[in-house]
Amino acid sequence: MSTYKPIGGRILTPTFIFFSIIVAISIYFMAQRFIYGMGSVANINGGFPWGIWVVYDVIIGTGLACGGYALAFTVYVFNKGKYHPLVRPALLASLFGYALGGFGAIFDMGRWWQFYNIMLPWNWNFNSVMLEVGLCVSLYIIVLIIEFSPVFLEKIGAQGLIKVLDKVLFFFIALGVLLPTMHQSSLGSMLIIMGYKIDPLWQVMQFQPLLAVLTALIMGYSIVIFEASFSKASFGGPNETPLLAVLGKVAVGLMFAFLAIRFVVLGVQGKLGLIFAGDFSSLMFLIETALFIIPALIIALPSQRQNPSKLLIAAVSMLFAGALYRFNAFLFTYDPGPGYSYFPSVSEIMVTLGVISIEILAYLVIVKTMPVFHRGEHA
Amino acid sequence: MKRREFLKGALGTSAATVCGVMASSKTAEARPNLEVNDNAVGMLYDSTLCVGCKACVAKCKEVNDMSPVIESKLEAWDEARDLSGDTLNVIKVYKNGTAKTKDAETDGFAFEKRSCMHCVDPGCVSACPVTALEIQQKTGIITYNPDACIGCRTCMTACPYNVPQFEYDKTFGQIHKCQMCNQKGVERIDKGQMTGCAEACPTGATLFGTRKQLLEEAKRRTALKPGDIYNYPMGDLSKPDSYHEKPVPNYKDHIWGEKEAGGTNVMHISSISFDKLGMPPLEERSYASMSEGVQHTLYSYLALPAVALAGLSFVVKRNIDSDGEGGDS
Repeated sequence: MSTYKPIGGRILTPTFIFFSIIVAISIYFMAQRFIYGMGSVANINGGFPWGIWVVYDVIIGTGLACGGYALAFTVYVFNKGKYHPLVRPALLASLFGYALGGFGAIFDMGRWWQFYNIMLPWNWNFNSVMLEVGLCVSLYIIVLIIEFSPVFLEKIGAQGLIKVLDKVLFFFIALGVLLPTMHQSSLGSMLIIMGYKIDPLWQVMQFQPLLAVLTALIMGYSIVIFEASFSKASFGGPNETPLLAVLGKVAVGLMFAFLAIRFVVLGVQGKLGLIFAGDFSSLMFLIETALFIIPALIIALPSQRQNPSKLLIAAVSMLFAGALYRFNAFLFTYDPGPGYSYFPSVSEIMVTLGVISIEILAYLVIVKTMPVFHRGEHA
Repeated sequence: MKRREFLKGALGTSAATVCGVMASSKTAEARPNLEVNDNAVGMLYDSTLCVGCKACVAKCKEVNDMSPVIESKLEAWDEARDLSGDTLNVIKVYKNGTAKTKDAETDGFAFEKRSCMHCVDPGCVSACPVTALEIQQKTGIITYNPDACIGCRTCMTACPYNVPQFEYDKTFGQIHKCQMCNQKGVERIDKGQMTGCAEACPTGATLFGTRKQLLEEAKRRTALKPGDIYNYPMGDLSKPDSYHEKPVPNYKDHIWGEKEAGGTNVMHISSISFDKLGMPPLEERSYASMSEGVQHTLYSYLALPAVALAGLSFVVKRNIDSDGEGGDS
């Protein structure tokens, strides 16, 4: 009784060609990176070992890929079956976001030809937050493939396999909730050991994992709203605004929790004065906070949140807020001490744009050829 | 009604997470800094003795087989300004105003050495996912194993001194850091020798010894009366090559590395305050101990994740079975 259908239509559209050109340019620079070393393409240096390839492609990219995580929570843990139609597109976007985050991690890896070392138990350092992130993300990519596999199996008509999968899928769904909770919080924990290099407004020490997992869920709910709104505009389909509005409310609720915890911790640490210090960090903090508060104002009013374009604005604002939070903590206000500065090079930016473009291209091809979108009445 | 339950659930989950992290924030104090190893080998750098000749830099490159950094056409000496994949040890200059007087904070100048401090509780070792960086139990030396390293550069972010450096200019680069001239193929310490930089230093500004000896020497010096004559040893503190007499400068009463972030086996003394010499703002508690406190609270024996997985599996299965809406088909 599947009501998921491929959208169909031409694949080779002008949009497709545009993104393909960006991918082609980025492949040129990626090749350079592998031939002449990272320094020939990226501006990372002795004080800034992590540039946009890590911070955007991996740390923010996987945050933006938390749609599948947020919806799995909603549908399977809180048993909200009516959100089910949104699950497949969200899982697909998560799968690509994470797969490309993994890919980004490989080409940012200085000794990529030895990447398998992190899979070998005798190398494991259980004190390392990076170990948790590396293993957990790898495992989650596999879980996402399994969660999304019914789509491929339906496409090729493997009914037997689908039946088998149905029996055990609950376990993978549970893993699909647990694993992102683990590694998304660990992305925050990674900041602890960087100590003074993290700006005081972002260095909340043991509260890092909590704030990180909250931003992951906020970005997750927001990206679901964002994708659903865009898919509706591009491919048509049923009006999902009432459903999305509730997700928006949840995201705003989480955002209030995030802001409350953050301000209380900063207050206890005696850092609230830094917010109005008038320097770059305080400016970034204020922009970030504004981006968090705008959606709250929109979603608080029922008339506003039922308006699809207003809801989209709220979602985009939350996406920017979550992304900016991570950018600020890991890069924009990161200060390794005197003598070091970082601004990404054009070639470095092109590689990141290429990664984003690959994601968009693959998403377009799959939703057009495979049963991802729900095309019936809602339950 | 249903929405309210949903929101309640969302809040409940957040609350549970908060509790988990609150618990972790309490027990995060559980792991203290790692213990100091008195017999660890180390170095004492006395900035007031350094004349900036950079013999240590040249010797380091010779011992470790690294090429000099040439920036100008002069090609007379190594022009490395900072640590890099080609430089494990560098001498930097502090200048203020007219820069006339050595070791004066105003209108003065001073030298400062940058190299691995060989932390007692090192961030790089704690952060490395594949155990490529290790503390050698006997010597306290922080070693690097390129065969394990994946090049993620987390060690670089976790080092408060920006010591580990990656070779960005090579197709197949690796991390480089000072290993006290004791890495495979060099093994000066195992052979009973001292580090190259300490051996080359003509003034005894870089002194080799055990942490305990060096700390005693540093305490002795900083307690001296400025202007008195002190007989400064050179080379290896346990068997100095020679001594030279010199009036005592006005030392700051601060031994860098005695306590900073759990202490270091390479220690510095100076007559200029260390923040002016570019040392980072560290407190006594190591960041590694705080990070591991949080990590082990959440992941010790994978107990919390295992319980969570069992709970989630139960809830998800019940929800899928109850209304047949799950199962994604």
